[in-house]
Amino acid sequence: MTDLCSLTLKEAVEVAKKDGAQPILDAFSKRAALLNPKVNAFLCFEKGTDPLKALKGLSPYSLHGVPVSIKDNICIDGREVTCASKILQKHVPPYDATVITKLKNAGATLFGQCNMDEFAFGSSCETSAFGPCRNPWDLERVPGGSSGGSAASVAADMTLAALGSDTGGSIRQPAALCGVVGVKPTYGRVSRYGLIAFGSSFDQIGPLTKTVEDAAILMNILCGHDPKDSTSSPQSVPDFTQALKRDVKGLKIGLPKEYFIEGIDPEIEKSVRQAAEIYKKLGAEIKTISLPHTEHSVAVYYIVAVAEASSNLGRFDGVEYGLRVPTKDLREMYFETRDQGFGQEAKRRILLGTFVLSAGYYEAYYLKGQKVRTLIRQDFEKAFKEVDVILSPTSPTAAFKIGEKVADPIAMYLSDIFTIPANLAGIPAMSVPCGFTSGGLPIGMQLMAQPFDESTMLRTAYAFEQEAGIYKRKPKL
Amino acid sequence: MDINIDKVAELARLNLKAEEKQKLARDLGAILEYVKKLDALDTSKVEPTSHVLNMENVFRADEAKPSDAAEKALEHAPQTDGPFFKVPKIVQR
Repeated sequence: MTDLCSLTLKEAVEVAKKDGAQPILDAFSKRAALLNPKVNAFLCFEKGTDPLKALKGLSPYSLHGVPVSIKDNICIDGREVTCASKILQKHVPPYDATVITKLKNAGATLFGQCNMDEFAFGSSCETSAFGPCRNPWDLERVPGGSSGGSAASVAADMTLAALGSDTGGSIRQPAALCGVVGVKPTYGRVSRYGLIAFGSSFDQIGPLTKTVEDAAILMNILCGHDPKDSTSSPQSVPDFTQALKRDVKGLKIGLPKEYFIEGIDPEIEKSVRQAAEIYKKLGAEIKTISLPHTEHSVAVYYIVAVAEASSNLGRFDGVEYGLRVPTKDLREMYFETRDQGFGQEAKRRILLGTFVLSAGYYEAYYLKGQKVRTLIRQDFEKAFKEVDVILSPTSPTAAFKIGEKVADPIAMYLSDIFTIPANLAGIPAMSVPCGFTSGGLPIGMQLMAQPFDESTMLRTAYAFEQEAGIYKRKPKL
Repeated sequence: MDINIDKVAELARLNLKAEEKQKLARDLGAILEYVKKLDALDTSKVEPTSHVLNMENVFRADEAKPSDAAEKALEHAPQTDGPFFKVPKIVQR
């Protein structure tokens, strides 16, 4: 019998349809118990029982009870949610996030709750209050972040698929560093109801999976308008699995020259350029394009996103939930609870966001940032008049060593330079494995598409994946 | 760039330990220095983007629906008194 944990989501659903999900759940419980002490991808996981056993034969559940794991900033009714922060310890949400309701309705078993950077602030999973998550390809290296636990658990075959959230690259960058597929949908495609907010005008939930097809299956479940999220879009949702054809003939793919700059690892540049050659061979047209304001995207992001974060995190004050440090008066309780509850990166971003929104600095920083955000959006609008899809590296480097960038916040922030622009513009983007470094670390390429055109993006990814077959290689654990 | 870290921390309702204050002030200064590069761009004729979707206000009817969220929320609150969240004294004599 093949190892059940190495199945794709699609294959596992087929198995579960025949034999029930229990053997699969048992296999994952066993593997997670074995590997989690090494990888630290899960903050907790439940020994799953087939949720469909009692309901068998009632309705055609599309996932048939197979395990999907959840980044620990998405609320599940009755289960502790931490955001990998001490300030939320012992907080049990009284409701399900909309994506959780959708997964439950689709018959998924909610398996692990995934480690992450505290409040999704980070690109390495090192700011977690519960210890760093490690990269399954090299345990001395980071899995990327902030959805590091989601990416690592999929790469290590500890779960079939996982949900992450992406504010500036938090799904795509760890997907690239761990060699899995990660999709950030168009802003508004997936409901944010029940996602603990970081940057409300950027945040999107999306899937991390072993294959493009698995991502399309989950996108079908996750996407759609939600009256509980006023920023969710009423746009109709196509069947994304129908888009998966090995056909890119005549497709116009743009290579933005600003994404192939000094500082990018030459092996990564080479790998992405080889992918472009494969597309050319498959009949696509490759064009060099320009996104002239790219170099400003990190600066815009670290003004506008931290401003949103500082106000979103104002609610953590010890009054209604989570940690409370006992003090003699109310005012002191706020200050002490927040001091003891938040880690260094959270404090850094709260302070920065507070500063750029404060009287006298608002126009010079926050308003300026919002204006340059417009310029970056316009770059993409112009580019998509020439091309259908944009191809770039996902991250300028492969997985870096744990501790390597902790002391230098700007160096850490720059590891998101290629992923941030899609969040600023609200467009869909994804990372697909496209090769390995000479040291054996995964390389990811990023595909970006026009708003609400995930179908073309997924088709482009699928055509490459099927041609290159890179997803078949697994880490040795 | 020099910033008054004590004032910002006060606005953010955040006590900082003495040993972390200096490092955070230095980090903030470096990040603000980095974002200064945006000043090179002329944005006098550019409209700010606060949101990427071109959406109008979204309204819904104000209808009550059954919910047990209030009871559940109180169950896990740090301190409660009946249907209230309880906090330490607000005004000191």
